[in-house]
Amino acid sequence: MPFLNDLFVNLSSWIHGFLAHFLPLWAADLVMMLFTIACLIAFAVTTIIFINWLERKVIGRIQDRYGPNRVGPLGILQCVADMIKMLTKEDITPAQADRLIFNLAPVMVVVPTFMVLAVIPFGRGMVAADLNVGFLYIMAVSSLTTIAILLAGWGSRNKYSLLGGVRVVAQMMSYEIPMVLSALGAIMLTGSLSMVSIVAGQSRVPFILLQPLGFLIYLTSAVAEVNRAPFDLPEAESEIIAGYHTEYSGIKYAMFLLAEYVNAFIVSAIAATLFLGGWQGPLLPSYIWFFLKAYAIYFVLMWLRGTLPRLRIDQLMGLAWRFLVPLALVNLLVMGLVITLTQRKGLFSLVLVSLVANGLIVAAVVIIYAFAIWRRRQVKVTT
Amino acid sequence: MTLLQIAFLIISAVTILAALGVVVGRNILRNALALILAFLGVAALYLLLEATFLAAVQVLIYVGAIAVLILFAIMLTERLMKQERATNEQWWVVLVASALLAAILIFLVGAVEWQVTPTEIGGDPIANLGRALLTTYVLPFEVASLLLLMALVGAIIIAREREEA
Repeated sequence: MPFLNDLFVNLSSWIHGFLAHFLPLWAADLVMMLFTIACLIAFAVTTIIFINWLERKVIGRIQDRYGPNRVGPLGILQCVADMIKMLTKEDITPAQADRLIFNLAPVMVVVPTFMVLAVIPFGRGMVAADLNVGFLYIMAVSSLTTIAILLAGWGSRNKYSLLGGVRVVAQMMSYEIPMVLSALGAIMLTGSLSMVSIVAGQSRVPFILLQPLGFLIYLTSAVAEVNRAPFDLPEAESEIIAGYHTEYSGIKYAMFLLAEYVNAFIVSAIAATLFLGGWQGPLLPSYIWFFLKAYAIYFVLMWLRGTLPRLRIDQLMGLAWRFLVPLALVNLLVMGLVITLTQRKGLFSLVLVSLVANGLIVAAVVIIYAFAIWRRRQVKVTT
Repeated sequence: MTLLQIAFLIISAVTILAALGVVVGRNILRNALALILAFLGVAALYLLLEATFLAAVQVLIYVGAIAVLILFAIMLTERLMKQERATNEQWWVVLVASALLAAILIFLVGAVEWQVTPTEIGGDPIANLGRALLTTYVLPFEVASLLLLMALVGAIIIAREREEA
């Protein structure tokens, strides 16, 4: 078991030692750095192949269909066939498009996706770069995606693309706020922004037990942040064709697809890291625990996509600004109070007090909403 | 020349060229793109100084929020998109003002005696920053927050007045 536990860490140090035999140390370090980057990109590409198949299978089952089942056993090679089809398609640039921006956007959308992978701890010691600003880095880098999508929408010179691009900005900017505010709960509990320290801080209890509300807020905003159903208004096919990637075809379209699926996996992985204890777990090797948790959350994302209808744009903005942001703010304030009050009281009281506090917040929300509905009825009766 | 200095020169060159592109380009949207590149260059300079927090915040706020708002405003303003050039008749006023600012900054950099600590500053820089903001510098911090809040409320009021009129 210890062999399996540190398989990738040992592999990496073995390769480094091997290279150091005939290369100077800095060259060996450089080669290892490039090797890690290559591994992360290869990981992203294989992840999309697997996730795409899994998602189509699961949603097929939810909607009482089979899903892909022709290419390979259980249809697992369907995505490979799709990839070949996509890469051999004609690459069309609209005549009126802004060529520079139109071609730059698909690249700009993929780069931040790969960059975020660098700080995610996939297992014990399995992180490409343990930054002390880890979470802030993730938020900063993924905000670059917004610009890329906006440019894709604008560069296409197509009104539907532009509408999709504008919707993306409105949506991603709005949901970024509750996302960060809810993640701050986990960061306050650890006292560090580093993803590795956040995982280490959950060695005794995963933060979902202290922050169930924060987890739910995070998950909701994360689904909106990666533009997935029921928040997929930027690419709502019944309203604006395919939104910002209407005019893209071939490999450029594949880039958008890749970024979308990998981003969905990344927010699941971050949720697993912030709230479910990351790679921590008994018996199994750490990386297996990490993927189990990340895919469990990804399954919830697929489930939501398969069952919920798309929101209207006013409902979407209302949910972010009138419900999630105030709730996340109250949650943050209460969590700060709980952490200060139970500072030297031990783990049990921390869990107990935070659960009670979360329950109180939920009760307050229910009472406020019940009161609002009651008042509305009263007004209707009198008028 | 060390590796660090070469990196500094390359990044500074890219930043300055991008900043020049912002003011001399003809297509206003591409100028905004050059502005993003300049912001990223400044973030890279912060990284060279090992100020990771500042670098992340620079990207998060300047690129992620301000640049997006600029792009948004350009795209939704038809009059701006139809313009042939990106400057108006007052460009020389801005040129004089920028030249003055540059002169003052260069003078200050030369005149001030910079304090250098020979040893590394200990502790977690982010934790130190947070503690300083909430203890020693709590008053300026709160004043800045209040100012931002007022700007926020003001923006909402202006937007609503237009709606009703």
